[in-house]
Amino acid sequence: MKNLKIANKVFNSRLILGSGKFSNPGLMSAAITASATELVTVALKRVNLGSEQDDMLEAVGSVDLLPNTSGVRTAREAVFAAEMAREALGTNWLKLEIHPDPKYLLPDPVETLMATIELAKKGFVVMPYVHADPVLCKRLEEAGAACVMPLGAPIGSNKGLKTLDFLQIIIEQSQVPVVVDAGIGAPSHAAQAMEMGADAVLVNTAIAVSGDPEKMAQAFKMAVEAGRMAYESKLGAIADQAQASSPLTSFIDA
Amino acid sequence: MPSFKDVFEKYDWEAIKTDIYNKKAADVERALARTNRDLEDFKALISPAADIYLEEMARQSKQDTLQRFGNTIQMYAPLYLSNECQNICTYCGFSLGNKLPRKTLNPIEIDKEVAAIKKMGFEHVLLVTGEANKMVGVPYFKKVLEQIRTQFANVSMEVQPLDEADYHELIPYGLHAVLVYQETYHQADYAKHHPKGKKSNFLYRLETPDRLGRAGVHKMGLGVLIGLEDWRVDSFFVALHLRYLEQTYWRTKYSISFPRLRPFSGGLEPKVEMTDRQLVQQITAYRLLNKDVELSLSTREAMKFRDHVFQLGITSMSAGSKTNPGGYAVAPESLEQFEISDERSPQEIAQLIKSKGYEPVWKDWDTALEYVTK
Repeated sequence: MKNLKIANKVFNSRLILGSGKFSNPGLMSAAITASATELVTVALKRVNLGSEQDDMLEAVGSVDLLPNTSGVRTAREAVFAAEMAREALGTNWLKLEIHPDPKYLLPDPVETLMATIELAKKGFVVMPYVHADPVLCKRLEEAGAACVMPLGAPIGSNKGLKTLDFLQIIIEQSQVPVVVDAGIGAPSHAAQAMEMGADAVLVNTAIAVSGDPEKMAQAFKMAVEAGRMAYESKLGAIADQAQASSPLTSFIDA
Repeated sequence: MPSFKDVFEKYDWEAIKTDIYNKKAADVERALARTNRDLEDFKALISPAADIYLEEMARQSKQDTLQRFGNTIQMYAPLYLSNECQNICTYCGFSLGNKLPRKTLNPIEIDKEVAAIKKMGFEHVLLVTGEANKMVGVPYFKKVLEQIRTQFANVSMEVQPLDEADYHELIPYGLHAVLVYQETYHQADYAKHHPKGKKSNFLYRLETPDRLGRAGVHKMGLGVLIGLEDWRVDSFFVALHLRYLEQTYWRTKYSISFPRLRPFSGGLEPKVEMTDRQLVQQITAYRLLNKDVELSLSTREAMKFRDHVFQLGITSMSAGSKTNPGGYAVAPESLEQFEISDERSPQEIAQLIKSKGYEPVWKDWDTALEYVTK
């Protein structure tokens, strides 16, 4: 399996984990290990930015930290939060989430683009969470996003790749990595995204809320690897009809 | 300006009541089978006919809550700033007619209370006052917010309804959420329970969430005081209000609380008794209607009940609460607004939550997420 490169960093794992919703930090830590992920998102709102000790940060351990701005509603709030996070957590990596809609947590495309432009200028590695909008993804790429993170379905819904057709276009067009985020509810969904050519997937609810988060994390690890291997091996084309054994045009050369 | 009043006036209390009480088992079964439920389904779920389906409601409610909120329970504590009140409310210990020593915390006392609350581990605080605009009005709130904002990750307020401009003014000082309960949506009974003071203006209170929404407050809390009127009908109106607000002020987050009338000094006997079973029905019905609304459980409820019910749809809990100004550190013996039932410490509650496989979340917001300029 080829490595994944985002900005200047190379990752062996193509699975990114979210850290919310776990029943305790110990279980989260076990899931992180089992998943073999190398990048874990942490919501700024859950972290004690001013304190040296934080249960959640400790549970993340030595894996790279990806702070997210979940909760902000505007580009201005996002930039402010990003700067606070960079100072407090010592990383310029940022999962940019701007969702003014607290019900479905759907991302605001206008504010996200505005924030990406500014944050990229300020030297952040911006990973924006967006709707599966191919045009917006190209605009974000031009604005300096390190990758794009289109949603498969609303956050936490476990509904899978409801935006399949648009994800395909995004993957086909993108010159930065495409990380399918939100909605992935089962390892088969992750495998499907990877088979399509997504560069990585981000999973949280499906693991954290499962009956056995550690085992589920491992299942996702395997699914992501299987999906990627299948993609790299080039899947056969899907045909609607059987190939005719006697081609209709063979008479031309006869 | 359009408001919930326009919606509210299209509904008749008695007609809604008849609808709810006429729901049959088949209506409940249909509501339980659906995924996107409407207010007709909600009527079935809060109807007497739903009682025998309580286990199924609880199962679905727990499942939906886990999926949306995960294995977490948010922790918060109330900070009572003042028991001054210019209203007469038949059910409240702070009522103007009650002869009790009145107290409003000064900055030094607030510091002491804050230190006590912080020591217990809280990062989310709910500021509470009686309704006395002159003593505890916008200038007082501004000073308090300025004083405590850096101490907490999240500050909510449960005080008298204010004008839209007042909310606009307070948000830059760090006001994140406002809780305002209608008490009851039964307009005639509301008048009986609030004979004097600004609170007697039913419509001003009813339109408070509209003013909050227009001002852009992050979160607002709704609810009624259970015991004043038929809880099933009042619950319907809360659901109707919530639905209207979600559609109108879509950037705002919403929570619902379920305060049951509790004993207090000089108190009113509840007109309507709500059993524990019915409270579970109400909580789970809200969750089945709305997967995303936050549901909050206070220390008004008894220990044993809280131990079990928090897993059935609840997303936030208070603990170690004092309902008197200065109750944590300054004047522990002063008169409280109402008696609390669960007197366990926050650490005990956190331990309970953990023992049931949930994580108590002390911090779920940060001032870094709000860029504000005064």
